[in-house]
Amino acid sequence: MALEFLKKFFGSGGSKNIAKERLQIVLIHDRADISPEMLEQLRRDMIDVITRYMDIDTSKIEMDFDRADRSVAFVANIPVIRIKRGVAPGKMEQEIPDGGKKAQPKRKPGQPG
Amino acid sequence: MDPRVIVITSGKGGVGKTTTTSNISVALARAGHKVVAVDADIGLRNLDVVMGLENRVVYNFIDVLEGTCRLNQALVRDKRVDNLFLLPAAQTRTKDAVSADQMEELCGMLRKEFDFILLDSPAGIESGFRNASIGADEALVITTPEVPAVRDADRIIGLLESMGKSPIRLVINRLRSRLVKQGEMLDVRDVLDILAIDLVGIVPEDDSVVKSANRGEPLTFGDSAPAAQAFQRIASRILGETVPFPDFSEEQGRGFFAGIRKFFGRKE
Ligand SMILES: Nc1ncnc2c1ncn2[C@@H]1O[C@H](COP(=O)(O)OP(=O)(O)O)[C@@H](O)[C@H]1O
Ligand SMILES: [Mg+2]
Repeated sequence: MALEFLKKFFGSGGSKNIAKERLQIVLIHDRADISPEMLEQLRRDMIDVITRYMDIDTSKIEMDFDRADRSVAFVANIPVIRIKRGVAPGKMEQEIPDGGKKAQPKRKPGQPG
Repeated sequence: MDPRVIVITSGKGGVGKTTTTSNISVALARAGHKVVAVDADIGLRNLDVVMGLENRVVYNFIDVLEGTCRLNQALVRDKRVDNLFLLPAAQTRTKDAVSADQMEELCGMLRKEFDFILLDSPAGIESGFRNASIGADEALVITTPEVPAVRDADRIIGLLESMGKSPIRLVINRLRSRLVKQGEMLDVRDVLDILAIDLVGIVPEDDSVVKSANRGEPLTFGDSAPAAQAFQRIASRILGETVPFPDFSEEQGRGFFAGIRKFFGRKE
């Protein structure tokens, strides 16, 4: 990481790589300031997904951003009540209407996503 | 064609909103559309001077909203081109003089009269910006390739998205190809990587922008200055034409290849 940073830094010898890197980091922090509505939406979406696999105590979910100097982590603490039996990830995929296809290779340009 | 209301905005001040509004308004009018450029920067009006129409301003849009005059009394017709009008801001009022509802009402009135309504917005994220944007369908976000401007552009894009504006497209202004070549300025690709929105134009740093503002003659009345051509291309893209970004590679520091392509007579 540090090496790569230095390589980038000296590689093209300009201040623009520093500018880009600083912007990327500052924007992670700026964007992590998300609105309460968005956080609530995220909470509901997470509950939707996780309850397919386990029963959870939705009243005790904790979510927050953990801000470090050069990175931001989204941390969620979700108390588990019971894990559902025998729902292997492979089996879950079959329930997806799409036929449980694995992730598409790569989107070709021009092809709608 | 349905009328299109486009707000020209930015997070940071002084990045070229007024310059862009005046030049694109002229270019769209010259392409045959009926255009009004609205100075929505209440209390800091300057679109009138940049367009060279300050001596003919009598009323402003607050007068219209308050019923002091009719809309067509406040519109200043630009005599240099057909179908171009300026709707001035009030200079001696504060931003609190109008509400969001009133701005929507104003846009509604203008939709009945014009093909294009371009709103020159104040910078920032406060009520002035919100009021200016509220009645718009689309947005042009202006930034320079500098850290504070790009950062603030990101914030504005988030707000415009949450207001449902679409499309929201980016103008990168004051690009200095010499600095880009030296690796001392963010290039177009860098800015797009970071902001992840569609690009509608790249405008180079150009001394003629300052001269044209001094004279009150938008550059797009002529065709020769590099910035004039850039604004012209933006207007064409707004009109739905597919216009390549001719200086893109050059401005990204690959001037040599761009030069070769020019040598072999690649047409724009
Ligand atoms: N491409 C450019 N090249 C040179 N100067 C520019 C360019 N764009 C804007 N400027 C100058 O920058 C200053 C701010 O521009 P302006 O359009 O008034 O910004 P804003 O409306 O965003 O505050 C003006 O003095 C203008 O002449
Ligand atoms: Mg301005």
